[in-house]
Amino acid sequence: MENPLEDVATSDLTMLQAINETLHAEMARDDRVVVLGEDVARNGGVFRATEGLFEKFGEQRVVDTPISEAVIAGATVGLAIAGLVPVAEIQFLGFSYQAMHQLAGQVARLRYRTQGRFDPSITIRAPFGGGVRTPELHSDSLEAQFANMAGLKIAMPATAADAKGLLAASIREPDPVLFLEPLRGYRGIRGDVPDGEHLVPLGVARTAREGDDIVIIAWSYQVELACRAADTLRSEGLSVRVLDLRTIVPLDIEAIATAVSHCGRAVVVQESCETGGFASEVIATISDECFWDLEAPVARVSGYDVPYPVGMLEDHYVPDEARIIAAVRHTLELA
Amino acid sequence: MTSPSNAQLREILVDMVMARTQSGRLWNLQRQGQVGTVAPIDGHEATIVAAVHALETEHDWVAPQYREPLALRRYGPEILERFMLYSLGHPAGGHIPEPIRVLPNQISLGTQIPHAVGIAWGMTLRSEPGVALVFFGDGSSSEGDFYEAGNLAGVLNAPVVMLCVNNQWAISTPVHQQTAAESFAAKAAGFGIPGIKVDGNDAAAVYDAVDEARSRALAGKGPTLVEAVIYRLGAHTTADDPTRYVPPEDLEAARRNDPILRLRSQLEELGLWDDDAQAATEAEAMDLLDKALDAAKAMPLSPDAVLDHCFSADTQRLERQRADLLEAGQREDR
Ligand SMILES: Cc1ncc(C[n+]2csc(CCOP(=O)(O)OP(=O)(O)O)c2C)c(N)n1
Ligand SMILES: [Mg+2]
Repeated sequence: MENPLEDVATSDLTMLQAINETLHAEMARDDRVVVLGEDVARNGGVFRATEGLFEKFGEQRVVDTPISEAVIAGATVGLAIAGLVPVAEIQFLGFSYQAMHQLAGQVARLRYRTQGRFDPSITIRAPFGGGVRTPELHSDSLEAQFANMAGLKIAMPATAADAKGLLAASIREPDPVLFLEPLRGYRGIRGDVPDGEHLVPLGVARTAREGDDIVIIAWSYQVELACRAADTLRSEGLSVRVLDLRTIVPLDIEAIATAVSHCGRAVVVQESCETGGFASEVIATISDECFWDLEAPVARVSGYDVPYPVGMLEDHYVPDEARIIAAVRHTLELA
Repeated sequence: MTSPSNAQLREILVDMVMARTQSGRLWNLQRQGQVGTVAPIDGHEATIVAAVHALETEHDWVAPQYREPLALRRYGPEILERFMLYSLGHPAGGHIPEPIRVLPNQISLGTQIPHAVGIAWGMTLRSEPGVALVFFGDGSSSEGDFYEAGNLAGVLNAPVVMLCVNNQWAISTPVHQQTAAESFAAKAAGFGIPGIKVDGNDAAAVYDAVDEARSRALAGKGPTLVEAVIYRLGAHTTADDPTRYVPPEDLEAARRNDPILRLRSQLEELGLWDDDAQAATEAEAMDLLDKALDAAKAMPLSPDAVLDHCFSADTQRLERQRADLLEAGQREDR
């Protein structure tokens, strides 16, 4: 597999470090960038994603807000209109519910309802996702709800390098971007991250594993699980491709069609509920684009149709490598 | 309005000491990996316990935030039993049994305030005696839910006591960054309801304030906003490092005003408390907690419980998911 990072100097970073470094770099690069959210300044964020920004860029540009997600989201609209580039943090994605009328009704629609008068250069960062035994509402994968808000782009990196490249691109993007950071990836995902300028365009998927028999399509932490499943199956002689969508809006339709047409079989993995999850959109896209190339129905591996559960039940809810492997085997056995 | 008798104050102190002892034990259990995130109660005991002692448990509802459970002993031993399940991450921790009028912990800040207003409103519609007492932090008061609920309570004249537990911090954010108002009690003016500010480290003062608010509500005079001023003596939770932001001298000063030390010395002077009483209460608290924890650990849990109680009955989709889940379990067993 071609390695795009071959000739570039890199550092080995966790996803959290990559995010923190990118925030530092983007604030240094563009003095219109302001960071706002709960506990982001003196405390450096509850996960330390914003560590050091307050000390370096000061209290005007790194702001601890009162606890109101509606105001955090709503104020980004005003900041953008005033000519700034807000990078807001929602402490956990589950608390974006308190901001929905601003996110869905205003942030996503600003360009449309002003017919292009304003560039909503807004980035909203939020951690999400399971596997770390958090209290209620800290883990839910809500990406499909946001994908249904026309006007909002959604980045969901799966590697440390992409966390850097996609975050930098999101901050520089003229459209609003929801940038979702998997809790399990903060310290659990690490890898080579290019030093210096590194941009990953929004809307371009990545082949995480080459393969010919079947493709697993995933985003965020599920890419990590899909790769583990592919590696396990490879040792049994199966050739499993993994496609990392990187952003679900915009969706890389061509990459999906190419991968599925090539392999003829596909499994889509998501951590959210099954009903109305983003996998449904991916499968509908496959049906539109390459139905006649399919050799078997496309399988979904999902959480179940319940709210994200309490700690003792978590492992029965979150898709794991075993469930992905079972779905791959099942799909390969079909006609 | 009635002030607490000495006997009541002693009962209040017992509950306060129990709460602190159990909270400390839970902290250690979290460090040993036995329970999930713990939000220590240190510094909040007088406010929560005294407020609850001013209630009539049979009729009055309590809507907590998340720091309160260990201080709600007055509502029955089930509260501790359920809280141990909750701390283990067992789903039954969310189910507080009938007829206890206490809602489960609320993690989504401020959301419990409209719930309490709804309960209070509902009780008036059904001509039931009783009030709803809702706890929320200084930080939570910045959420729209607080303003919207306070406004509705005022308009409806609902029998609700809104108790703002001002412990000076919301994780790392100090109160002066939470509001420019002179106090949280002052916000009552915007709802057209009375607001009172009390020393939350003074159990009798909290009792009096809640008792008065409750009497007003029961007399049809509507809601009250009570602000109890205290200091968070511990970390926000086991996931927090307060040394990054709490000025040590402030913490030192607050420790001298520890609500338990205050009530202890008051009752010791009256001859109602001594070291033996303290030791016996602490020992009982540990014993109760360990027993509740053992019972919680013994509570059975089947994997497909993850799908229970989402709807009153499984949908077609859930029936299929239940079959898949059980099959996946069998695959792993093989
Ligand atoms: C809607 C929502 N936003 C953010 C959080 C994350 N969070 C948990 S506790 C907390 C601080 C709450 O402070 P306060 O209300 O004063 O209560 P305290 O912890 O001081 O008792 C925050 C921001 C949350 N749980 N819910
Ligand atoms: Mg507080």
